[in-house]
Amino acid sequence: MQIENKVTFPRLGNYHIPISTFVEKTLNAKVCVSPAITKRTIELGTKHSPDFVCVPFKYNIGNYIEALENGANILIQAGGGCRFGYYGEVQEEILKSLGYEFKFFNINDRKFKPLRYYELLKKINSKLTFRKFMYYFYLIYKQIFAIDKIEDYIRKNIGFEINKGDFENVEKRFLVELKKTEKIRDVNNIFTKYITLLKKIPINKPKNCLKVGIVGELYVLIEPFSNYFIEKEMASYGIEVQRYINISYLFFSRKHKKSRTLKLAKPYLQYDIGADGVDSVAHSKELAKKGFDGIIHIKPFGCMPEINCMPILQRLSQDYKIPILYFSFDSQTSETGVKTRLEAFYDMLSMRKNLNSPLAPL
Amino acid sequence: MNAYLGVDIGSISTKGVIIDENNNILAEKYLWTEGNPINAVRNLLDGLKLQLNDDIKVKAVGTTGSARKLVGAILNAQVVKNEITAHAIGTLSLYPDVRTILEIGGQDSKIIILDDGIVADYAMNTLCAAGTGSFLSSQAKRLGVEVEEFGVHALKSKNPTKIAARCTVFAESDLVHKAQIGHKKEDIIAGLCKAVASNYLNNVGKGKKIKAPIVFQGGVSKNIGVTKAFEEAIGEQVIVDKYGHLMGGLGIAIFAKNQGREGEFDFNIKDMVFETKGQECDKCPNNCEIISVYRNGVLIDFWGNRCDNGALI
Repeated sequence: MQIENKVTFPRLGNYHIPISTFVEKTLNAKVCVSPAITKRTIELGTKHSPDFVCVPFKYNIGNYIEALENGANILIQAGGGCRFGYYGEVQEEILKSLGYEFKFFNINDRKFKPLRYYELLKKINSKLTFRKFMYYFYLIYKQIFAIDKIEDYIRKNIGFEINKGDFENVEKRFLVELKKTEKIRDVNNIFTKYITLLKKIPINKPKNCLKVGIVGELYVLIEPFSNYFIEKEMASYGIEVQRYINISYLFFSRKHKKSRTLKLAKPYLQYDIGADGVDSVAHSKELAKKGFDGIIHIKPFGCMPEINCMPILQRLSQDYKIPILYFSFDSQTSETGVKTRLEAFYDMLSMRKNLNSPLAPL
Repeated sequence: MNAYLGVDIGSISTKGVIIDENNNILAEKYLWTEGNPINAVRNLLDGLKLQLNDDIKVKAVGTTGSARKLVGAILNAQVVKNEITAHAIGTLSLYPDVRTILEIGGQDSKIIILDDGIVADYAMNTLCAAGTGSFLSSQAKRLGVEVEEFGVHALKSKNPTKIAARCTVFAESDLVHKAQIGHKKEDIIAGLCKAVASNYLNNVGKGKKIKAPIVFQGGVSKNIGVTKAFEEAIGEQVIVDKYGHLMGGLGIAIFAKNQGREGEFDFNIKDMVFETKGQECDKCPNNCEIISVYRNGVLIDFWGNRCDNGALI
C-alpha cells in the first residue's frame, strides 16, 4: 500500500495559507499544517536544538515535530542569507536521528527563482504543467499581497479601535475565507470585501498619534509568537505601528540589486552586512526622515547580521535624534522584561511629544 | 493634610516614600525584600506610619519595581509604572537640569539620558546581571566583607586588581584566582568596583553620550568605590544624592499625585491576609502560568493569561 503524501513546512505568521494552497494545487498532495505555535512547540524545539542556535531554528524544529506527530511525511525548508541557509541540513539530521521517517526538500535560495521551483515541483508531480504552475503562482502572490495589505492596515489602526476586538474578528473571518479561495477572482473579491469592512470599523485616531516603526530580523518580525506579540502590545498603548518586512516585500518588491538598498542606507553603510542588516539600516533611516517618534529593532539572540547593524543604528539614532529600543529574543526571554521596556519606551515617546500631561509633572 | 505614597519593590530592597503636595518627603523607609514582597510591604507600611502625624491622609498610591503589579493589586494603587519612568521623574524633581542618570539596582541597571527635562533615550541591561547589586553582595560575602563597607575598603587601595567582570561567572572565578595568588583584599575590592563601572559603561551605556550633570543612584550608588570608578572613567563629577536609593519611590509618588485620581488608602492593609496562588491554565498547550491574588480569601486580581480562556473573573 502506498502511503499518502502529507506535506508540511515551518509556520510563519499567516503565510501557511498561501503555501498550503500552492502545495495542494501544484503537487496534488495533502498539506498537514503544523499546529499554531504554543509553549509546547518552543519547548519541543529547544529540547532538540543546539543551545546556541538562533531561536527561529528552535521554532522550526518544534513545528516539524508537531506536524510529524500529525502524520506529515514530506518536509519543506526554505530560506537563507545567513546561517539559516544551513539550517535545513541540520534539521533533517536532527529529525532523522529522532527516528522520524520523511522526505526533506530544501529550497535554499537567496534569490527568488520561480523557474527553479517549477523544476523542483515537477520532480514530485510529473503531471504539473507550466501554465498551471504559473496560474497558482500568481494566485498565491495575490493571497500574500492580500494578507500583507490587510495586516498593514490593521497594524496602523488597531490601537485606536473603539470596540475592543473589532479588528481581530474581521481578520479572523478574512483568513477563514481566504483559505477557501481557488481562483484569482475570489482572492480579489475577498480582499476588497474585507478591506472595506476594516475601513468601516469605528476608530478614534488622533492626528498626532505616536508612530513607531519596527525593523530587524524577518522571522521574529513576522511570527508574532516569537516576539511576544510585540505589535499587539505596542498597539494597546495607542501607537501606530509601521513594518516594512513581510513576504511580499522580501520576495516581490525588495530591490534585489543590493546596490539599491545600499544606496538608501547611505551614508551609514558602504558594504552589505548580510541578510536583512542593510534593510534594517535603510528602513530606520527612512522612518527617521519621515518623522516617526521611535524605532524598535528586534532580532533573535545571536543574530549576526542584525548585531552588525546595531552600532550603525546607534549612530543614526544620534544623528536624527530618534530613540531606538533593542530587543533580543530567545526561548528564555522574560516576557515581563519585554513589557517593562516597552512601557518605558511608550512613556518616553509620549513625554517627548508632550501628549500625556501627568507624565510631565514639573 | 494630603499625602501621596510611592512604593518601589525591587528584587533586593523595598523602598517607600510619602510626600506632601509640594513633593517634600514626609516619611521614608528602606528595607530588604528577602524574596517576600508582600511581607516587605507590610513592614514598610508599619515603618512609614510611625513617622507620620495623625492628620495626614494618603490620597493616592503608586507602585514601581519588579513586584509593582503584585503590590499594586494589594495596595489598590492608582498607578503601576515601570521603574525607568519612575526614576526619571524622581530624579528630575531634585535635579531639574540632570542630563544623565546612572542607576544600578539589585538585579538590573539602567541609563537614562535626558534633554531639557525630558527622557530622550534609555537602556537597560539585558540577559545578564553582571555588575548589579546582587552580584556585588554575593562577592562581598565571599570576601567576608559587609557590602555596606565595600566602598571604604576600595578607597584604601592604591593598586586595584584587574578583574574580568564581563560575566558574573567569569568574574567570580577570576576573583577567587586573584585572591589565591596573593592580591590584597582591598585591591580586589577596588578592582571589583572598577570592573562594575567599566562593565556598565561598555554594556548598558554603550553608544550613549554621557553628559554632565550626571546623577548616580540605586542601591549601588551608596558604594563610594563604584562612584569613584565612574568619575575616573567618565572624567566628570558624579552626583550621589542622599535620597539616591529612594528615587524610584519618590518618582512614583509624584506620579501618583499628578495623575488626578484619588482613592481611599488605609494603613490597616497590614492586618489583612493576602495570598497568591500560581496555577497552570490547561485550556490549551500554551499552559500560561496564571497568578491570582486573594485578599482575605476573596480573589482581587489575576494576570499571566494570554487570552480570555484563562480569565478567572
